[in-house]
Amino acid sequence: MLNSNRLSGLIAFLLAAFVIGGCSSTATAPVEQQEPVSEPPVAAAPAEEAEEPADFADDGVTPIDANGRPLSRNFYFEYDAAILNPADLAALEMHAQILRRNADKRVVIEGHCDERGTREYNLALGERRANVVKSFLTSAGVRSRQIETVSFGEEKPADPGHTESAWALNRRALLSYR
Amino acid sequence: MQKIWMLIPNARWLLATALLLIGKAHAANSLDTIIIDRGVDEPIRIAVAPFAINVDRAADAAVLNGFANPADIIAFDLARSGQFDPMAKENMLSFPSQSSEVFFRDWRILKTAYLVIGRVDADTDSSLRVSFELYDVAGRRQLRAREYLVTADQWRDAAHQIADIVYTEITGVRGAFSSKIMYVLAQDAGTPQARYRLEIADTDGQRARTLFSSPQPILSASWAPDGRRVAYVSFETGRPSIILQDVDGPYREKLTSFRGINGSPVFSPDGQELAMVLSRDGDPEIFIMNLATRKLRRITRHRAIDTEPSWSPDGERLIFTSDRGGRPQIYQVELATNFIERLTFVGNYNARARLLPDGQHLVFVHRREGVFHIAWQDLQRDNLLVLTQTSLDESPSLSPNGSMLIYATQYQGRGILGVVSIDGRVKYRLPSSVGDVREPAWSPFLNDVVD
Repeated sequence: MLNSNRLSGLIAFLLAAFVIGGCSSTATAPVEQQEPVSEPPVAAAPAEEAEEPADFADDGVTPIDANGRPLSRNFYFEYDAAILNPADLAALEMHAQILRRNADKRVVIEGHCDERGTREYNLALGERRANVVKSFLTSAGVRSRQIETVSFGEEKPADPGHTESAWALNRRALLSYR
Repeated sequence: MQKIWMLIPNARWLLATALLLIGKAHAANSLDTIIIDRGVDEPIRIAVAPFAINVDRAADAAVLNGFANPADIIAFDLARSGQFDPMAKENMLSFPSQSSEVFFRDWRILKTAYLVIGRVDADTDSSLRVSFELYDVAGRRQLRAREYLVTADQWRDAAHQIADIVYTEITGVRGAFSSKIMYVLAQDAGTPQARYRLEIADTDGQRARTLFSSPQPILSASWAPDGRRVAYVSFETGRPSIILQDVDGPYREKLTSFRGINGSPVFSPDGQELAMVLSRDGDPEIFIMNLATRKLRRITRHRAIDTEPSWSPDGERLIFTSDRGGRPQIYQVELATNFIERLTFVGNYNARARLLPDGQHLVFVHRREGVFHIAWQDLQRDNLLVLTQTSLDESPSLSPNGSMLIYATQYQGRGILGVVSIDGRVKYRLPSSVGDVREPAWSPFLNDVVD
């Protein structure tokens, strides 16, 4: 399913992006710099089976895999960090494929934090998390106009608890299709 | 109220009930106030004798029954400052309410340095006359005396104003008991039933009222220097916007809703400008908006996070949080020259700073061994003092006289407000029985409500 060359290319891109100094965030300038790093992946889409497997469940907004199972839409982060977990890259690449195949679909990426640290700083950190996911998707060929990011900082916890396990669930980026 | 009383024959009961309901409506969301630590070693001994309530109208009496005696409100204000030790009623030898009843010898025996007496009389119409006198017991003289004409719902305003006068007269520092606190009350955050309320209450947590309510988050509320307007961040559209709103009037306006973060609005000391954080250009940067022209001026230019601006008292500098050095630290920018310098060096997480009114001291959120506290730093000598022993402390905000600091913390799994004196000695907390309390902002000095 996933081209391992491209995957390693993306990992290299992500590492490079962080060495350069964090995440891109504007829709335009940083993305243009990144183009030479990643292969233009749009060509991959026509290679799919002609019968066009459904990308969304009946509700039209829940992305599904080839077996009809809902794709994971939550991607988790380490404390005080905005770096993608390598284990999430395959799932994110499937989101990228779906968005490439469905150019009319839009996705909102929400960035969230745990409750530690100040609220406004966490808004900025949540935005970094949303942006790192956006950068992955755009570098995988998704048009930036399909993507919107919004950071809620620590304001909308997935788990309202005050434990390490609650915090781990709250440090996330959430993809919602529209 | 008086009109109703005259028009409806059976109005006495109605009037009383209506006023009690006003009291109840305030009480519903009001915060409790629990003193934890008493403060200075030798607080000033003062006696606030229960005020005599001389009202013969049955309706008034019924109403006033539901209220605290002004003496209790005044004594509690003074106790919360940590600098006073008000005498318990039970220990008083007499309850004087006018000068002819004051026997200084009694109060000297009780070793009280100051005495406050007062009374409440029914005035001609619906108003009440609240009067007080402050005595220096050793000097056997009256220091201050004043009276106020108030309506029943200004009862507490009068008491807080009296506490302000007493505090100012004795300590030489302007009292701030009649200022207000603003905060966010959150219920079921993160669930579909979530409700966020922007509230304003008295500094003792009483008379809370809702300024704005939304199913989406509210944060970063701040006061205009005249106390008439507030700015805050609201997610009511699903995205953050900066809102400017009247405290008492109908005006409410969405000031910004750019793509990305619209955050941290703070008024300049002259009220003409609003510093804020926008990430519309890619990453969070500090901007200043001229409120008359709505023109934006960008202050920071850095790929790192720049956020949480706050003005110096002279309006010539902004302090802000930035992770341009790798970790969040407090920086200062000289607005005339754009010269930026780093202010904090102890620890690897320092954020959301506020300057004291003297411009020489900072309070901010400081992480020590993984725990977030409020810390204080002298900018001349660079020494850092941790003021709070609780954890997950944030959003420090100073009382207008600089003597007290309110902040958000957690207690028994709940978000509550904590207050600590700037010397770290007095502590009290303000929990809510109905939700999590957070994001406190202490108002500037406000105009007197009663005269």
